[in-house]
Amino acid sequence: MLDLRNYNSIGEALRDALETWPAEVCLIESDRGEEKLRMTYRAFKDAALPLAKALQDSGISAGDRVSIIMTNQSKWLISAYAIFYCGATLVPLDFKLKPEEQWQLLKHSAVKILITEYGIWRQLGASQGRTGAANLKAVLVTEAPSNAELNGGVRWEESHGAQLPVFVPRSRPDIACIVYSSGTGGTPKGCQMTNENYLEQCMALTSLYPFWPGVKYLSILPTNHAIDFMVGFFGPFTCGAAVVHLRTLRPEYVREAFPKYQITYVSLVPLVLKNLQKGLQARFDALPGSKRRAFEAVRNMNRALTKNRPRLWLSRKLLGEVHAAFGGKLEAIIVGGAFTEPQTLQFFYDLGLPVANGYGLTEAGTAVTVNDLKPFRADTVGKPLPGMEVEIRSPDAEGIGEVTVRSKTVMAGYLNEPELTAETIVDGWLRTGDMGRFDASGHLQLFGRKKNMIVTEEGKNVYAEDVEQAFEGLSVKEFCVFAASYIWPQRSMVNEKLLLVVHLEPGQAFAEELRTEISSRNSRLINYKRVHGLVVYHEDFPLTASLKIKRNELAQRLAAMDREQSILLI
Amino acid sequence: MRTIEQTTQEILQLATQQFKVPAGSLAPEDDFYQKLGIDSLQALEMLSRLENHFKIELPDYEVQGVSDFRTLAERIQARL
Repeated sequence: MLDLRNYNSIGEALRDALETWPAEVCLIESDRGEEKLRMTYRAFKDAALPLAKALQDSGISAGDRVSIIMTNQSKWLISAYAIFYCGATLVPLDFKLKPEEQWQLLKHSAVKILITEYGIWRQLGASQGRTGAANLKAVLVTEAPSNAELNGGVRWEESHGAQLPVFVPRSRPDIACIVYSSGTGGTPKGCQMTNENYLEQCMALTSLYPFWPGVKYLSILPTNHAIDFMVGFFGPFTCGAAVVHLRTLRPEYVREAFPKYQITYVSLVPLVLKNLQKGLQARFDALPGSKRRAFEAVRNMNRALTKNRPRLWLSRKLLGEVHAAFGGKLEAIIVGGAFTEPQTLQFFYDLGLPVANGYGLTEAGTAVTVNDLKPFRADTVGKPLPGMEVEIRSPDAEGIGEVTVRSKTVMAGYLNEPELTAETIVDGWLRTGDMGRFDASGHLQLFGRKKNMIVTEEGKNVYAEDVEQAFEGLSVKEFCVFAASYIWPQRSMVNEKLLLVVHLEPGQAFAEELRTEISSRNSRLINYKRVHGLVVYHEDFPLTASLKIKRNELAQRLAAMDREQSILLI
Repeated sequence: MRTIEQTTQEILQLATQQFKVPAGSLAPEDDFYQKLGIDSLQALEMLSRLENHFKIELPDYEVQGVSDFRTLAERIQARL
């Protein structure tokens, strides 16, 4: 791999990568089992530079913001490289957000050019949210049908500058990306990630999980997500490896891709991993008695022989059929975005399929700790990566306290939010809001959060305040949304739920009509943002002088109520 | 050519079979995540089944953010 210590920016490192492995394949794209594209590093460069020139011709220069809203595909990475080549700042947004939410973030980050897909632009361009996006000068639209109305957009495929672009150098402290960790309802949390953040994180991760020419990474997590950006783009590219994109992400095509491309690494969220576990378990359970017993004996043998460290060659021999279904070349499944239950991790490890679980957050440059598998410890989230200082602040009698992080990978701060930044990064230490402790062998264990938020099994961060908009104007005196564990702390990070707390008007009774109104508003929220239950509180909410709800105080008062008896399911 | 009503009814029937819910318990305006208690992966499996049934291809972007049967039926109808 490239020695990233010698580089100042993502753009500079990528530029050298394209020169270092010109004949290696960097991208493979498949749709519904049919391969549509196979691209070398040389061809990648030839596709990206004319786009970079077109961006420069449109006036894009150092520090200007350019956004990508696309599904996982080759043009995402080509566009990103063109942006970095111009020295611009990339604003990767989630293609799954609603158009109004995407406009909100495009405006918040003052994006000048947007690069998106026709299918996304059709909805985005027609959205009311477009009004007032004064900074946006151009929209480049990929894959538009020949007769399509582009609503002010121009075709990506025709965005070519005639001459070569000029490479714009950037320094390590310059902002490379603005990555939104949340905030479409409340305060937008645009994490300003520097070139140094990415260079250091990449070095740390690849020291444990290396890439090399010939490696094939299957990209499933959205590329705007910090994990896929790192292990599905920057990491593999700086090592000469290839990234496989599937244009239709359905379980049957994902299953097929493993053996077809002999995938080396894949990143998944816990929900998908659990689904895989369920499918495999059903197949094991369906084996006839004698075969099942034989399989279990081999699995036990594998567990014993890999107790101290993985022995992939041995596991592939012992459990050949299982490994063949994954292509026979899988080095590790990287799981991230949310907490994974230990029994799921152990299930895969016992099959000789190591799962690299860890702990991280966008604000810390993705991963803070990763399981190094020496030995595999399903009950922890691993040890701090090289270069990460992790401390537990204000530990209780059991050693559990807030996890804080100091590292070159910690973001520069939240965009336009100096106060929030000052609360989050104190004396150089990132306060994660997650509760944990180190065990005797230096592995981190997590025990819930002190933040009023949840993380779903799909890896979605949902801040309670962001959901409140959906209930504005509800026919009650006042209301507030809480993460259940914020009121009643639980020492776990699974099965997290949101609750709506309402205080009725004087004399108002809790009627079916109100429940229906709440349920109807709730169902208009995207599925992972919905509240799970309702709590009726009979006193006035504590308020600040400026009439804002004192959430901490209200949560403390609610904590005195019995959790089970107080929650009405919606 | 099917009408939008026919398409909607066929979707409801297929979902009823796939997720083994009582016949007649699903309505066009229902949110399928909530009503069927399914997650995003199960929703994708349902889409694959609908594609096979209607013999169409539904790109992923077409169904982003769709969570009720009626909108799903409209997206499918547009591709029939």
